[in-house]
Amino acid sequence: MPMLTHDILLVGGGGAGLRAAIAAAEVSAHLSIGVVSKVYPMRSHTVSAEGGTAAVLRDNDSLDSHARDTIFGADFLADQDAVEAFVNEAPREVIQLEHWGCPWSRDADGRVSVRPFGGMSVHRTLYAADKTGFHMLHALFQTSLKYDAIVRYDEWYVSQILVEDGKARGVVALNMYTGEVQAIAAKAIILCTGGAGRIFPFTTNAAIKTGDGMALAYRAGVALKDMEFVQYHPTGLPGTGILITEASRGEGGHLKNKDGYRYLQDYGLGPATDQPVLRKMELGPRDILSRIHMQEYQKGRTFEGPYGHYVHLDLRHLGEELIDKRLPFVRELVRNYVGIDPVYEPIPVRPVVHYMMGGVDTDITAKTTLEGLYAAGEVACVSINGANRLGSNSLTELLVFGARAGRAAAQYALEQPAPSLNPLTQLASDEERRLNEHFLNKDGGRERIATIRTEMQKTMEEGVGIYRDEAGLRQTCDTLRQLRERFAHIAIEDRGRVFNTELIGALELDFMLDVAEAVARSALQRQESRGSHTRTDFPDRDDERYLQHSLAYRTPEGPRIAYSPVTITRWAPEERKY
Amino acid sequence: MSEPTVTLHVTRYHPEHDNAPRRQSYSVPYRQDWVVLDALNYIKDQIDGTLTFRWSCRMGVCGSCGMMVNGVPRLTCAAFLREYYPHEIRVEPLTNFPIMRDLVIDMSDFMEKLRSVKPWIIRDEEKPLEAGEYLQTPAELEQYKQFSMCINCMLCYAACPVYGLEPEFVGPAAIALAQRYNLDSRDQGHKQRGPVIASHEGIWDCTFIGECSEVCPKDVDPAGAIQQAKVATTNEWFKSLLLPWGKR
Repeated sequence: MPMLTHDILLVGGGGAGLRAAIAAAEVSAHLSIGVVSKVYPMRSHTVSAEGGTAAVLRDNDSLDSHARDTIFGADFLADQDAVEAFVNEAPREVIQLEHWGCPWSRDADGRVSVRPFGGMSVHRTLYAADKTGFHMLHALFQTSLKYDAIVRYDEWYVSQILVEDGKARGVVALNMYTGEVQAIAAKAIILCTGGAGRIFPFTTNAAIKTGDGMALAYRAGVALKDMEFVQYHPTGLPGTGILITEASRGEGGHLKNKDGYRYLQDYGLGPATDQPVLRKMELGPRDILSRIHMQEYQKGRTFEGPYGHYVHLDLRHLGEELIDKRLPFVRELVRNYVGIDPVYEPIPVRPVVHYMMGGVDTDITAKTTLEGLYAAGEVACVSINGANRLGSNSLTELLVFGARAGRAAAQYALEQPAPSLNPLTQLASDEERRLNEHFLNKDGGRERIATIRTEMQKTMEEGVGIYRDEAGLRQTCDTLRQLRERFAHIAIEDRGRVFNTELIGALELDFMLDVAEAVARSALQRQESRGSHTRTDFPDRDDERYLQHSLAYRTPEGPRIAYSPVTITRWAPEERKY
Repeated sequence: MSEPTVTLHVTRYHPEHDNAPRRQSYSVPYRQDWVVLDALNYIKDQIDGTLTFRWSCRMGVCGSCGMMVNGVPRLTCAAFLREYYPHEIRVEPLTNFPIMRDLVIDMSDFMEKLRSVKPWIIRDEEKPLEAGEYLQTPAELEQYKQFSMCINCMLCYAACPVYGLEPEFVGPAAIALAQRYNLDSRDQGHKQRGPVIASHEGIWDCTFIGECSEVCPKDVDPAGAIQQAKVATTNEWFKSLLLPWGKR
C-alpha cells in the first residue's frame, strides 16, 4: 500500500487533539500535521461537557490554592510537579481560548465569569452557559481551520501504532469511506482519543468512548497508569446516563433522598445551608458523593424506578430565570429525556461512570516511554487527577496538556530525520493481513458483537463498580478472560468495504476488552481505598504500601501490574476530610 | 403475551452491490422512552449488523445522527418512538446530500462551506495574552450567542429547497456561522467574509422560505441570520454610495 507521511500525527480530533495540532502548527509553519479521527472533530466527546474550565484568574485566588484543591481532591495520588505546572499554565490557556473566540459567559464589566464547582475552595470555574465543552470544541475546531498545515483524515480508524527500532513511527488506519487500510508514517504521534466509559453499562460517555488510544499504546508496550480509578459522576439520568452538570449544584441545587431530606449532611459534609458553601454538601467531591448515594441505597432511602435506584436533584428553589440563564441546557435535557420541567419538579439522578483518571502513562511534557509517542487529555495519565478528579479540571487539562504535547512533539519532530519507509511498509502489510483474516474476511463466527459487549459491561458494573472486593474483582478478571476468548468467534455480518461500522464496532470491542482487563486487574491488586477506588475488604487508605501509581503492562496472559512512586513537592499527604 | 412492537422502514444502499437505494423493514420492540436511534441500534445489535448510520452522544449536542424521519429532518436521538407509535416509521438519509451507505451521507460539501466563511476571529491587531481577555459585556455576547449554538447537524441543509436545487448555495448553517463571527464584538473580519457571504451563492440565493429555522433543533434561527446579513450588506452598499470617501 502507498504510504502517507506527516511530521506529526494526531490520533483523535477533540479538545486535546485540536489544541495540540494548533500548538504544533504555531511552533513551526514547516511542520506538516495530520489529524486522524474516527469521527468528524465536531462530534468528539468534548462536545458533551457542560460545567466549566478551571483556572486562577481572580485576585482572591492563588495558584497554590488551585494546586492544593486538586492534590487534595486526588487523595494525594497526583504528581505534584505536574499539578503545579498545570495550574500555572491554565490561566494563559483559557485566555488564549478567549482570544480565539470562545464565548465565555461574562460579568457585567465584560470580564469572563467564574462559578463555584465541586471540591474547589475558590470560585474559579469559567463557563460558557452550561455548554462549555461544546463551545470550547467549536472554538478550537473553527480556529484549527485557519492553519493550512493541519490536514485532516475524518472518519479514519487507527488500528495500530507502528513501532520500528524502538520508536513509534506511524500508524495503520482504515479509511472508513473506502475500506482501504492505509499506513501513515510520522516522526511523532500524539494520542488524544479520550477515555473508555463504554466499558460500563451506564455512562455519560458517548458511543465513541471506547478507549482506542489506551489500547493502541498498551499494545505498543506502553503502560496504562492508575486504571483502577474510574470516576462516577453523582448526577446522571437513570437509564440513558445523560450528564446533568455539576454546575446545577454549583448554582445551588440540592440532593434529596426519598424522604425529601438533604442526606449529604449525615455523612460529614454538613451543615446543610440554603446557599452553597464551597466543598460542603452538594459541592463535595464526586467520589465521596457517589459513595454516599450507594450508602443511602443500602439503607433503603433512595427511590426505585425502572432503571434502578435514584435520588432527586432539586432545582425548583433556583427559579425559572436563573435556570434559563445559567442552566438552559439542563432544562432542555430533562424536558426531552425525562419528560419533566426542572423548574417545577425535581430531577431523578444517580451516579454514572463519567471519567477515567487513569490512562496512557506520560510524564509532565506529555511524553510516553515509547520514543515518538505522546498522549494528552483523558486518554493520558500524567497524573494531575490522581485517584479522583475535580470537576472543571478536565477541560483545562485538554488545553494545558494538549498544548504541551503539541509543542513537545513539534520540537522532537524538528530534530528527526524522515522515518525510513521500507520497514514500515512491511509492518503495515502485516496489520492489513491481520485485519483481513480476523475481521474483514472472517467466516464462521457464532456470537454477536453486542452480546460480548453487554456481558463485558455487566461484569464491569458488578465487580468494578463504586464498591469493590476481592471476590468480585477476581470474578470480573476471570469473566473478561473468557470474553477475550469468545471474542475470537464473533460473527461479522457486514462484508462490505464502504463505511462498515460493524467492523469498527468489532475493533472497538477488541480494544475495550484490553482496557477493561487493565482496569479490573489494577483494581484487584490495589489493596486499599483511595479516591474513587473503594475496597470494602480494605476500607482504609494505605500510604505506606500504595502511595504509588499502578502500571498495567500487556502480556498474553493478561495485565502485569507494577508500581511507580508519586512525586510529592510541597503538600505532604494528610487525611482527606472536607 | 408478546410486548408491543413498531415497524421501521429504513433506506438501505450498498454502493458495492446496489444500483439504487431500496427499503428494508424491521419490527422492533416499542418502548415508551425509546428514540428512533434506540430502535436503529436495536436493529444493528440484534437483527441486522449491516445497518449503517452515524451516532455518538445520544443527547442532541454532537450533531451526528440527523436523518429524515417520516420525511422530516430530525435528530434521531431526539425523535421519540412515542411521537409516531403505533404508526410505521420511515427512516431515510438526509435529503439533498449524496448517499454513501444506508443512512450515511457525504458531508464533504458542507465541511468545505463551513471553512469558506472563515469561521475564526479575525483582527487587525492581537492583544497579548498577558493583557487578559477582550472585554465583552453580556449584552455584546447576546448579539451573536444564538448563532454560536449550531451543532453542524445539517438538518437545515436537508430542509432547504434552494440547496436542493442549487448545490453551490453556501447554506443556512455556514451563513449563520459567518454572522456569529461578524457580530462578535471581538471580530474585525466581516469584510473578509464578504466575498463568500454577500455573493450570489451566499445570502442572495436565499428566498426566505424559512424551513431551515423550522427544523433547527437548537433554535439557531439561520433564516434570521441570513436576513440580518442581507440588511447589513445592503446598508454597507448604500453607505459606500453615499460616503465613498468615508471609513467603513
